[in-house]
Amino acid sequence: MTKVEPVTPVESAEPARAGRSRRRRIASLGVLVAALGTIATLYAGLAPAASSASNNDPAIQAGRQLFLQGCSTCHGLNAEGGARAPSLIGVGAAAVDFQVGTGRMPAQAHGPEMPRKRPVYDETQIQELATYVASLGAGPAIPTNLDYQSADVAYGGALFRTNCAQCHNFAGSGGALTYGKYAPSLSDATPRQIYEAMITGPENMPVFGDKQITPPEKLAIIDYVKTIKAEPNPGGAGLGRVGPVTETAVSWLVGIGGLVIITMWIGSKA
Amino acid sequence: MSAKKADANGGAALTRPENQGAAEKATRGTLKYVDDQFGSASFLKRSMDKVFPDHWSFMLGEIALYSFVILLLSGVYLTLFFHASQNVVQYNGSYQPLRGVQMTEAYASTLHISFDVRGGLLMRQIHHWAALIFVTSIVVHMFRVFFTGAFRKPRTINWHIGTILMILGILEGFAGYSLPDDLLSGTGLRIAYSVAESIPVVGTYVCYFLFGGNYPGQDIISRLFIIHVLLVPGILLALISAHMMILWHQKHTDFPGPGKTEDNVIGTKFYPGFFLKTNGFLFMVFGMITALAAFAQINPVWLYGPYNAGQVSAGSQPDWYILFLEGSLRMMPNWETHIWHHTISWNILIPGVILPGIMFNLLALYPNIEAWVTKDKAYHNLLDRPRDVPVRTGLGVMSLTFYMVLVAGGANDILASTFHWSLQATTWVLRVLLIALPPIAFKVTKRFCLGLQHHDEALLHHGVETGIIRRLPSGAYIEVEEPLPAKKAETLAKQIGYDPHHHGDGHAAIAAGDGHEPAPADGHTQTVTRPVGVLAKARTKLEDFWDEPREPVPDTQPHPEN
Ligand code: HEC
Ligand code: HEC
Ligand code: HEM
Repeated sequence: MTKVEPVTPVESAEPARAGRSRRRRIASLGVLVAALGTIATLYAGLAPAASSASNNDPAIQAGRQLFLQGCSTCHGLNAEGGARAPSLIGVGAAAVDFQVGTGRMPAQAHGPEMPRKRPVYDETQIQELATYVASLGAGPAIPTNLDYQSADVAYGGALFRTNCAQCHNFAGSGGALTYGKYAPSLSDATPRQIYEAMITGPENMPVFGDKQITPPEKLAIIDYVKTIKAEPNPGGAGLGRVGPVTETAVSWLVGIGGLVIITMWIGSKA
Repeated sequence: MSAKKADANGGAALTRPENQGAAEKATRGTLKYVDDQFGSASFLKRSMDKVFPDHWSFMLGEIALYSFVILLLSGVYLTLFFHASQNVVQYNGSYQPLRGVQMTEAYASTLHISFDVRGGLLMRQIHHWAALIFVTSIVVHMFRVFFTGAFRKPRTINWHIGTILMILGILEGFAGYSLPDDLLSGTGLRIAYSVAESIPVVGTYVCYFLFGGNYPGQDIISRLFIIHVLLVPGILLALISAHMMILWHQKHTDFPGPGKTEDNVIGTKFYPGFFLKTNGFLFMVFGMITALAAFAQINPVWLYGPYNAGQVSAGSQPDWYILFLEGSLRMMPNWETHIWHHTISWNILIPGVILPGIMFNLLALYPNIEAWVTKDKAYHNLLDRPRDVPVRTGLGVMSLTFYMVLVAGGANDILASTFHWSLQATTWVLRVLLIALPPIAFKVTKRFCLGLQHHDEALLHHGVETGIIRRLPSGAYIEVEEPLPAKKAETLAKQIGYDPHHHGDGHAAIAAGDGHEPAPADGHTQTVTRPVGVLAKARTKLEDFWDEPREPVPDTQPHPEN
């Protein structure tokens, strides 16, 4: 994990401007080291299954087989990384579950960003892969407590707007980042994947350690994301929930466009 | 020629006899009653018989008028429930995902209108869709006026009023958009604050005056509220009335055509024909806006959340009419100058103040500039077809292109994320397009207009190609051409013959029916004096640039018929 960014509220109107975020990145190196330490210890405690598994655990063996077939060309025979892909030692089970579960891995074309796809592996295979990678070094485990429905949704909304909206937009509809990267829509992510995204910080997304956003707060965020996704648009068609740009398109094409056609029709009757 | 046209009745005004039934009798009766009381019927009667041209593009302004009516009505309803206050309260309304959140009363009351007031959400949506349609229709109406040359003397004053109406409409929309005090509009307001702040010397004071302190302060919402529901609507109402009264007095312009002269208007009488037509249209505008409001969600402030200086959403855009400003701010390179202890933020000053200042001034003064350049002091009641004035049309399309690139710049992040482009590359491409595209648009448009002119004259000279090939005695083959039908030819001759560069001597006469010779282009009747001074020389240069000579039609084919 090399791309930790601070979760302090961004005060500028433009999300993630390269220069500023670089400065912030340097400033937060200390935070990073501390966070990594915390995460490592925390998850060693949280994930006894992964860390106590011995090397001849059948799940690890099966996972290793899958890894050799599907992942090693890029990530190396022992997940040590290579020219084409980073090392996976210490990324933890959560990262594997997220990356493979969202279909991002195994990667295909190398664009600016790995898009979400249909997963290649089934649930057991993903578990095996995750167990294998987790056995290589301690990292965030797959979250088990996902009882988000009882969380405080309004608080989750406030946290979401402070920590996530600047990239994913106010309703989780996604948005552009710098250099061809984008924060995807959150509409397809499962609660577990949302949690995992926060603790592993895929690609340009920062890691949200448990110090910055506590586990109950994470559940509140998940609750908010899921609630507004399930909520119907009380005002009619949602127009993508991206703000005034689509409203503009509708007002031009349907509104004025329609009225101009009506004027032409009336004019032709005269 | 005087500003007053001959009475419209004198022209070939069309009324349909079948419309003059009992209803009209009743109206005339009412009129008589009003006359008995006020002695005003001759005015009313004249008004009833006023003639309105039938071309569809004359109804674009009406869209603006009717959406303004809708804004007034729906706005009054919203005012009954809206609290323009920045006092912080805890939300306890029925929108679950925000219960317990601290927010200003303005935002809380907007949520209240949306979820707990009967018809409140529909009203908000009607108000907002109507606002978009209002500003858009003003702009579209303005295009019509621009590209047909309707702004020329004597209507330049109404063009000026129109520009002010448009600017006020934009201001009014921005003020209204900011009232709910949600995250998106708060982000916009914050940008407005920094734009005002960037004005050298007075900026800080202006901000302090408007916001009552540092951003966001405690006063801005209540001030915007007064601006939004009282000040600007009042001025709008007054100016719209002036706009309409001047229109009424000057009568409509019309496109050239058979029987149409500088001194008449041909069309439908105000009563009953136009009255029925325009009322029907009123309901169609109402219907369109209500349908949009019923089926398409707009400004879902509950999703944006309350304004909070520590938060911002990806894709924070303003309503479209502010988008060009947002775009110019986003496209501007990051220039600043430090003088002593002051920073001049060119990166905000130029795109946020200077550029829009220049744009709006050019827009407002365009009729004066054009009249100055062309030395055209004549009255014009007949319109130009866009193709017949290639330079003006080219300039219009050029400005429009410039504007549209700015608008695209305001949505650069949406463009980038939708098409998976790089945000930086998108911005750079737009910067280049902003400089390169307008001149190209000018050239292409002008060429296109000249092409169309050429085509028209060819039609008039040679008629329509019939597809019949005939062999001449000499052995050559020609395609038989049929002259245009008389009526069409006459219209076309009028259109072409009407030369916008006649200086003051009105309209070239064309004998109806024999539309085979276009009016002689008698050009400048003024005595030529040698330009003295820089300004005069510039003016001569500009006039040359303006006066694109009509291309002669090559007369290569023999005419066996004629
Ligand atoms: C075509 C090459 C390729 C293949 C095959 C591939 N990966 Fe990756 N993987 C990458 C690249 C490149 C990255 C880094 C991009 C990123 O950060 O998302 C990556 C990142 C990851 C990460 C995130 C690392 C982190 O720091 O969070 C995980 C976990 C991962 N891969 C797991 C796998 C697994 C499991 C497989 C096999 C099913 C696999 N990958 C197959 C190229 C590949
Ligand atoms: C700096 C920008 C940024 C911030 C802030 C951010 N994200 Fe992300 N997020 C990303 C990017 C970029 C990706 C795509 C990663 C990839 O493709 O590997 C992503 C991916 C995700 C995904 C996976 C979506 C999917 O369908 O696969 C989830 C879920 C997610 N983020 C949730 C969150 C939450 C919750 C927060 C707030 C706590 C947050 N993000 C904050 C940039 C961000
Ligand atoms: C040209 C005229 C007008 C324009 C362009 C305009 C535009 C707007 C816009 C865009 C909003 C934001 C609406 C939203 O919440 O989505 C708004 C809000 C509002 N407008 Fe107007 N408006 C106009 C006239 C009026 C008038 C005449 C009144 C009152 C007499 C009025 C009262 C209000 C009120 C109270 C709000 C805030 C309530 C709310 O946001 O729900 N408006 N206006």
